[in-house]
Amino acid sequence: MDRNKLKRKIESYVFLTLSFLAAGFGLFFLFWILGDLLINGFKYINKDLFTQDPVPPGMEGGGLKHAFIGHIIITAIGTAIGTPIGILAGIYFAEYGRNSKFANFLRNIVDIMVSNPSIVIGAVVYAILIKPVGHFMGFAGGVALALLMIPVIVITTDEMMKLVPRETREAAYALGAQPWQVSFQVVLRAAKVGVLTGVILGVARISGETAPLLFTSFNNNFTTFDPTNPMASLTVTVFQYAMGPYEEWHKQAWAASFILTFAVLMASLIARYVIQRKKY
Amino acid sequence: MSNINPAIKRAKTLEYVFKVILGLAGVFIGLILPLAILIVLYKEASLAIDHFGVINFLTSTDWDPVREKFGGLVPLVGTLISTFLATLIAAPISMGIAIFLVELSPNKLKPIFSTSIELLAAIPSIIYGMWGFFVVAPLFGQKVEPWLQKNLGGVPIIGKLFEGSPTGVDVLTTSLVLSIMIIPFMSSVVKDAFNMVPPIMKESAYALGATKWEVIKQVMIPLTASGIAGGLILSVGRALGETMAVTFLAGNVNQIPHSLLDPFTTITVALANQFTEADTAVYLSSLYYIALILFFMSFIILYISKVMLLRIEKKWKV
Amino acid sequence: MAENLKMEVKNLNFYYAGNKLALKNINLPIYEKKITALIGPSGCGKTTLLRCFNRMHDLYPGNRYEGEILLDGKNILGKDIDLMELRTRVGMVFQKPTPFPMSIFDNIAYGLKLLGIKNKSELQDRIEQALKEAALWEEVKDRLNVSAFSLSGGQQQRLCIARTIAVRPEVILFDEPTSALDPISTAKIEELIVELKKNHTIIIVTHNMQQAARVSDYTAFMYLGELIEFDSTDIIFTKPNKKLTEDYISGRFG
Repeated sequence: MDRNKLKRKIESYVFLTLSFLAAGFGLFFLFWILGDLLINGFKYINKDLFTQDPVPPGMEGGGLKHAFIGHIIITAIGTAIGTPIGILAGIYFAEYGRNSKFANFLRNIVDIMVSNPSIVIGAVVYAILIKPVGHFMGFAGGVALALLMIPVIVITTDEMMKLVPRETREAAYALGAQPWQVSFQVVLRAAKVGVLTGVILGVARISGETAPLLFTSFNNNFTTFDPTNPMASLTVTVFQYAMGPYEEWHKQAWAASFILTFAVLMASLIARYVIQRKKY
Repeated sequence: MSNINPAIKRAKTLEYVFKVILGLAGVFIGLILPLAILIVLYKEASLAIDHFGVINFLTSTDWDPVREKFGGLVPLVGTLISTFLATLIAAPISMGIAIFLVELSPNKLKPIFSTSIELLAAIPSIIYGMWGFFVVAPLFGQKVEPWLQKNLGGVPIIGKLFEGSPTGVDVLTTSLVLSIMIIPFMSSVVKDAFNMVPPIMKESAYALGATKWEVIKQVMIPLTASGIAGGLILSVGRALGETMAVTFLAGNVNQIPHSLLDPFTTITVALANQFTEADTAVYLSSLYYIALILFFMSFIILYISKVMLLRIEKKWKV
Repeated sequence: MAENLKMEVKNLNFYYAGNKLALKNINLPIYEKKITALIGPSGCGKTTLLRCFNRMHDLYPGNRYEGEILLDGKNILGKDIDLMELRTRVGMVFQKPTPFPMSIFDNIAYGLKLLGIKNKSELQDRIEQALKEAALWEEVKDRLNVSAFSLSGGQQQRLCIARTIAVRPEVILFDEPTSALDPISTAKIEELIVELKKNHTIIIVTHNMQQAARVSDYTAFMYLGELIEFDSTDIIFTKPNKKLTEDYISGRFG
């Protein structure tokens, strides 16, 4: 009896220690990656990085101005297209489709689309926009990002609007409001912080994407503001530079990665914080 | 009630407009977009499908742009191997993390730990790739893999897995980095599932004198089995479509790897590296063909995961 | 007493989705500018009945009515009824305060704007009047632009009453309006409800029998989806006709 008890206790101890180690394993990699980014990236950040276009490969100096500007433009296009569609679809699922089996089915598909391989979206946008036009375009990159972002916004909008108490909706109906008035003027307003969080999460997600940009906005060695041209982005440039043979490129890739990662992590942290405060 | 207020009348008219707009947005993202992806991929792949057929393409190891002979077996097998190994590493660790977050972590630190783990999922995939390429690959190529070879190379059967020349750009490092990327997805799903178990279930097991581990093993894991399976499958779905990290680390060599130290390729690696270089119609179409296979595969996998997760939600939500 | 009939429930059956019969053959008069209380143990159907008067059940699919509810002689369960119009005539105050996520002013303006009232001074007048009628004006007149969530629970409920009366409904439905409030706030709301019957017909659901006795003119006692007894409140609480009513009133079950 006692030996059995001891055995059980030891077993419990062993497995709990293992799960403790598993958590340590996860945290270890997080800090390893962030630490390397900090060490290798931070020291190469300088003014030129933001204000200079690249110099010919292999030469010292130059910057990634073209990639920063391109990245912002492409992300902005994606956000501008993705946000309204995402919120409208989110409202549809939260308010109009609540009791419809068809809408529920579609919502589950959207949930799947969140995890859809992003490179596939890039290939599809290439076929629809790049092939007919004949050259790469920043705009097409924005479209690809929008398609990746929409499911994220839809799901958060839907979840946040569903948190609004039923009574609030009924009170608006009791005053004689139409369903669209209830959705837009009361429920969306009540859930606006949560919905905004969804948009931030969406922006965070797309601003780290590389694969869908490879065959849409492609790359450009010069700064351009014209989204009908091929356009550089931080992520594609990091890919090109890291794979390239030049030391200077590697340094700039680390610096760009550092900035990108910390921007994305900050955005996710803010979004998480806001959502958590909303829920409890 | 005969003379309806004009403001209400206008609101009623607008109701039709909004119903249509909202419905269109919902149908667009939930139905039209996935169908459009499928149709576009199929249309673009049709040339290669006509050329190579289905069974033939899936069983052929050819990938020869010069002779225009293409087969999908090598990237498909590469995708499956790296996904399988990554999941193999990620699954027990994710379970451990979930157990730690739900049962072991002090309450005050819980949000910090769980946010930290989830941040792993927020790091862009290209960062994993670059970090893996500059940090993990050299470390593994120069230290870890020679050591593994030395110590395990002689062991029968297992030794075969460590044949070849260690470079760090191979199946092993790819799967390891991939596993770190999918850990947060699985652990957060399992954690949520654990949290859904009513405390009374756990308490009644404790009341019988069970140890903490016994409660986890005999009560929580069985009760959340479909959630755990759902999380596992979700992370498989994520790993299948992962591109940038794998592109840096796989080596892009069109061969079926025979050892963990062989370079290889996956569907996503082939797409990322060759798409813009594909200079003939059949070449590009073959790339679309493997993209179609990837989309189809991950959609099915993610669908199964969704079904499993819905099942556990239904079970515990009143 | 000669009373005017404002509403009348005739042979009403109500089914929730899944064909669950929740109200059985209800017949009930609602007199103009009087307060009618619906009482009974929980699950007796009193709230279900109340939500028929403004067809709140129509928000959820599968619910079904049989029979008639007349409002000024016209059947509101008919297919040709415009629900939004009906709800501006029959207002409702809920169990818990339901302020909208906007300022105090905008909360009350919301219903008025739905009616197409946009004129600033008219809005202001009606909002002031509604707040005065709801006995909230003095407390909030200096901070009409702050969020409605900054008010206390009792104040929020009076704000919701003000929001309802601002659109000048003929009938107001109260669904256990004080169940989430403290005794002092409850007393204020009860006072207010009595005050409101000058201009409105009122139906109130309450699980608090003293409340029904204090505020109402008529009381309907319901049990298991049926109307057991309807009479003036005095009679129901002093010499009810039915044994079941007497048992409930005297606290023998419920």
